[in-house]
Amino acid sequence: MQTPVDIKPAMHCYACEPARLKVVDFPNPRVWSAMDEDWKLPKNWKEIVMDAFKDRLDRFRTFKLFMDICVRCGACADKCHFFIGSADPKNMPVLRAELIRSVYRRNFTAAGKVFGKLAGARDLDYGVLKEWWYYLYQCSECRRCSVFCPYGIDTADITIIGREFTNLLGLNIDWIAAPVAFCYRTGNHLGIQPHAYKSMLEFFQDEIEEVTGVRVEPSYNRKGAEILFITPSGDVFADPGTYTCMGYMILFHELGLDVTWSTYASEGGNFGLFTSHEMMKRLNAKMYMEAKRLGVKWILGGECGHMWRVINQYMATMNYDIAEGSKLEEPVSPLTGTKFESAKGTKMVHITEFTADLIKHNKLKLDPKRNDKVKVTFHDSCNPARAMGLLEEPRYVIKNVCNHFYEMPSTTIREQTFCCGGGSGLNAGEDVELRMRGGLPRANAVKFVHDKYGVNMLSCICAIDRAVLPDLMKYWVPEAGVCGVHELVANAMVLEGEKEKTVDLRNEPLAETEDAEDV
Amino acid sequence: MHIIISLTVSFLAVFGLVVIAFFGVWAAHLEWLFGVVIPYLAVITFFVGMVYKVVQWARCPVPFRITSTCGQQKTLPWLKRTYVDKLDNPSSTAGAVGRMILEVLCFRSLFKNTRLEFGSGQEIKYKSAKWLWLGAIVFHYAFLIVLLRHIRFFAQPEPFFVPLIENIDGFFQMFVPALYQSGFLLGAALTYLLLRRILDGKMRYISLPADYFPLFMILGLVTTGILMRYLLKVDIVAVKELTLGLAQFRPVVPEGIGVLFYIHLFLVSVFFAYFPFSKLTHMAGVFLSPTRNLSNNSRMVRHINPWNYPVKVHTYEAYEDEFREKMIDAGLPVDKESASPAE
Repeated sequence: MQTPVDIKPAMHCYACEPARLKVVDFPNPRVWSAMDEDWKLPKNWKEIVMDAFKDRLDRFRTFKLFMDICVRCGACADKCHFFIGSADPKNMPVLRAELIRSVYRRNFTAAGKVFGKLAGARDLDYGVLKEWWYYLYQCSECRRCSVFCPYGIDTADITIIGREFTNLLGLNIDWIAAPVAFCYRTGNHLGIQPHAYKSMLEFFQDEIEEVTGVRVEPSYNRKGAEILFITPSGDVFADPGTYTCMGYMILFHELGLDVTWSTYASEGGNFGLFTSHEMMKRLNAKMYMEAKRLGVKWILGGECGHMWRVINQYMATMNYDIAEGSKLEEPVSPLTGTKFESAKGTKMVHITEFTADLIKHNKLKLDPKRNDKVKVTFHDSCNPARAMGLLEEPRYVIKNVCNHFYEMPSTTIREQTFCCGGGSGLNAGEDVELRMRGGLPRANAVKFVHDKYGVNMLSCICAIDRAVLPDLMKYWVPEAGVCGVHELVANAMVLEGEKEKTVDLRNEPLAETEDAEDV
Repeated sequence: MHIIISLTVSFLAVFGLVVIAFFGVWAAHLEWLFGVVIPYLAVITFFVGMVYKVVQWARCPVPFRITSTCGQQKTLPWLKRTYVDKLDNPSSTAGAVGRMILEVLCFRSLFKNTRLEFGSGQEIKYKSAKWLWLGAIVFHYAFLIVLLRHIRFFAQPEPFFVPLIENIDGFFQMFVPALYQSGFLLGAALTYLLLRRILDGKMRYISLPADYFPLFMILGLVTTGILMRYLLKVDIVAVKELTLGLAQFRPVVPEGIGVLFYIHLFLVSVFFAYFPFSKLTHMAGVFLSPTRNLSNNSRMVRHINPWNYPVKVHTYEAYEDEFREKMIDAGLPVDKESASPAE
């Protein structure tokens, strides 16, 4: 830990523009750069951090406990994808936490105050702060380490609070601060304004019509709808998420679901989670505010990773008082009658839960042969896996819409799944080396099933995955594509009144028998 | 801190304690200090310190229900969950209790440990790695048995389970006195845990003096204990007189107990006193870890954050005020048709 931090290009994200912070009233906005010697910190920065430190120790049992009880057994050391890919010892989860713990000991424990270095304590100085920043933004908060920790120490919880400290000093990264600012104002991370949101979905309507011959008609901000649908805006904006988005639209149309999209609550994701607990709450509030305004009965959520961490672990706790007096009730599938008892608190159902239930009750006409050209594997996104436990639903769906499904090795899936390398707001362009290194273990497992079974499609249920994994695949396993689960669903669906299908949603030819044998 | 310094410092610290006790008793004849005063102070420090620590943790709120979910969630009624799922992703208190019991008694998370290996080229392999689990579980259980055996020094008559443990522990009665396996297993496990820290590069990097010190300390305890029992024997009757006196709050210091005993007792005392100020607090902390002792049911039942507070949000009204014209042009429904300027 004595080795001073060496901030390398391509291993970190750019500092944020001051304008972003002003939108959400964040402190200390200024122009600065991580590569500069001088980060232009406020004069009393140490005081700010120490006050915040003490405050968080009093408010979060996790934080306090995790500062005290680590025995440095090392079980977590080789579980972090960033450590595996970078071999930087400070990326071992235990060390990442020790960076903060050492300062905790110095300032808040008797042993640290008396014995100093001998007790593993150190003062917070400029170098330490830079080191914090560098490694706090080299953690994707995926929680893989916590699975193996004998005390369940959750590094993500420590990182989240550490990032709160950096935010108090204006040390944010643009890839997080920009989406936060956009989301606050326009309702979504990408800053899509209402009319543009609608025209994007109109474009999908045309695409869908071209491929299937069926015209789907989504509705927006519609009061009195039964269900409000919220998905990450990445699905609306960027390939291959767009195909997943078309998948939702086709599904809703075919079912005749009484569902509305919202241009105001037009973001499932929540980059506030990567900023501060307060910012997360501020952004998340829109879901319940909009559900109440529109008078819907329940909320259906799209395929997204950290969105579901927020919904599962934070949403009701933070914001359910907003929903008091609304028409929200325990979700019931209007097609199967299934009560989603496990969501009776939040009133929000994951779309793979919903679709799996449809398939179980034979509510969808499916022709899995239409997906025969893809040999699919499934990447468990960190958050639905380790912060929720959504493991079987997507698998059940995939197995019913695809004939060729292969699992990656058991040490790399389910609760042991590996991050895509760009989670927690690290999916920028400028930190590409970090992403490629961090994604190595995931890519390696894909390569394994590619070599063994010819897998050529990596499916996932996360918008960030869909943005990150294509680059990762291009670099490590160029033969594999990336898709969302509902793209596969829609491709396999036999629609009422459809024309003879020759291409899939990507406008690529469906596999015909001879092609399939050719693979 | 460099490994050599860390090791030296921790070793010297323990050695220093031995020297202090040795001279304190052998040269200065401070039997009362080392045999009565320090042990009492140490035990008081231990209990007060640990209670304080636990109260501190317990008073700290758990604002969010954040569990590690290592299995399938409770979800659709027709989706069956295995017993493992119910333990690793508990939806009920019973499941969470089961998870905690297995964690505390069997070190289940450590049992799942894997080891990373790089193969040829870019190949990465994950192998089962049970050695740490084995070392840890042998260490903790051997330590527990050794501790329980020591009850015979503090209770008259001995509770029924003490002779039972002694009988099992001294199963291989090839020697007189019976050879207790627990002491030797404890020593072996400690040696493994120590060597692991020294030989594995990753462990070397993360280890602090605070990691070596307790290991040396307990090794010192084991060594002096074994020496007393099997080689450099001390007057066991006198020892029991002293320890029983301590336990019954009628301290006596009989003549003629070997100095080795005082060294052992002093190490024990320091160990107890050190406990609440160190990583050893994990003994109590493990029970309070919110990622493990809570069930994953926050979608079902609202978890209450005691310090939840209102925040500034961007309301729909403000949103519509900004985008109303564009929304009307795009044919999107609006709450206020007239584009009256915002007040």
